[in-house]
Amino acid sequence: MAAASIQVSETPLVLYTLRRADDALILGHRLSEWCGHAPMLEEDMALANIGLDLLGQARELYSYAAKVEGNCNDEDKFASLRDVRQYRNLLLVERPNGDFAQTMARQFFYAAFADLYWRAMMASRDTTLAAIAAKSEKESAYHLRHCSEWMVRLGDGTDESHRRAQSAVDDLWAYTGEMFQADDSERGLIEAGIAVDTAGLRPRWLQTVTSVLSEATLTLPNNDWMQQGGRFGRHSEHLGHLLAELQSMQRTFPGATW
Amino acid sequence: MTTPNVPLWEVFIRSRNGLAHKHVGSLHATDATLALQAARDIYTRRGEGLSIWVVPSHAITASDPSDKGMMFEPAESKIYRHPTFYDVPDEVGHM
Repeated sequence: MAAASIQVSETPLVLYTLRRADDALILGHRLSEWCGHAPMLEEDMALANIGLDLLGQARELYSYAAKVEGNCNDEDKFASLRDVRQYRNLLLVERPNGDFAQTMARQFFYAAFADLYWRAMMASRDTTLAAIAAKSEKESAYHLRHCSEWMVRLGDGTDESHRRAQSAVDDLWAYTGEMFQADDSERGLIEAGIAVDTAGLRPRWLQTVTSVLSEATLTLPNNDWMQQGGRFGRHSEHLGHLLAELQSMQRTFPGATW
Repeated sequence: MTTPNVPLWEVFIRSRNGLAHKHVGSLHATDATLALQAARDIYTRRGEGLSIWVVPSHAITASDPSDKGMMFEPAESKIYRHPTFYDVPDEVGHM
C-alpha cells in the first residue's frame, strides 16, 4: 500500500526553510534527469555536479526544517512524503528541461539569484542558515559562472543556438518574478534579521542578467507580468509528474533503505 | 552522445602546493574557458586539485612509439648516470 503524505506544522521558519529546500531539491532533480542524455559527456558531468550540489543544499535545509519543526519528520519524509500541494518551490525550478538552452536559461536565472541570495544569507541571525549559506554560496557562484559561459556561447553561437536560447529566455522570463516576492510570514523573518529581503536583490540580479544576455546578443524580455503560486503550493502540471518519479520508491516501499 | 568537431584538451592538475602539475587525462570542449570548467567538473570532483592547466592536445608534440628503441634504450645501459656510486655521509641525513 502506498505511504500516505505527512502533516507539516508550517511555522514561519519551517515554511521558509522548506521553500528553499524545495527549490534546491526540485531543480537538482531536474538536472539529474539529464544524466546520460546531455549533449556531451563533459556537460553530462557538469550538470550532475550542479545537481548534486543542489541536492546537498536541500538535505541540509530539510534536516534543519525537521529540527525546527520538532515533529519527528526528517529530510527523507519531507522529500518523499509530501504531495504536490505541500511543495513550496518556485515555479521556475519545476519547468521541464526542454532543450539544452531551456535548461541552461533556467539554471542561469536561478543561479544569478542564488548567488546573491546565499551571499546575503551569510549574515543571517540564524546561525544554521548562515552556515548553510556560506557553503552554498561557493557552489552557486560556480553554477552562475558555468551557466553564464553557456548563455554567451548559445546566444552568440549559431543561428539555431541563438534562436533556441532567445526562446528559452522568453519562455522562462515570467517565472523569474517569484524569486523576489515575500509574504507576511517571510516579512516577520526579514524584520528579525533571519531572512533576506529578496526584493532588494533584484536590481543586482537584473544587472547580472542584463550584462550576460547582452554579451550573448540576446534580448531581455520587457514584459512585467509574472507567474506566481509555487510558494503557496499552487504548481504547474509538471511538478506532479516529477514527484511521481522522485517519490515512487518511498511511496511504494515505505521506509525502504539500501 | 557524440562530440563532433569539438577540440580535444589535455588536463594537468596540481594536487598540493609545492607539487608539479600532473597529466590526468583529456576531454572535449569548444574553447579554453569551457575546457577549464569541464576539467574542474570531471577531474577535481573528489578534491584532487588546487590548480588546473588545460592545453590543446594538438599543441603537444609527442615522441613516436616506434622510435622507442632509438630514443630510450641507449640510456638503459648507462647505469653510471644514476647518483648511486658514492657514499652519503650520515651527517647529511635524508636527501
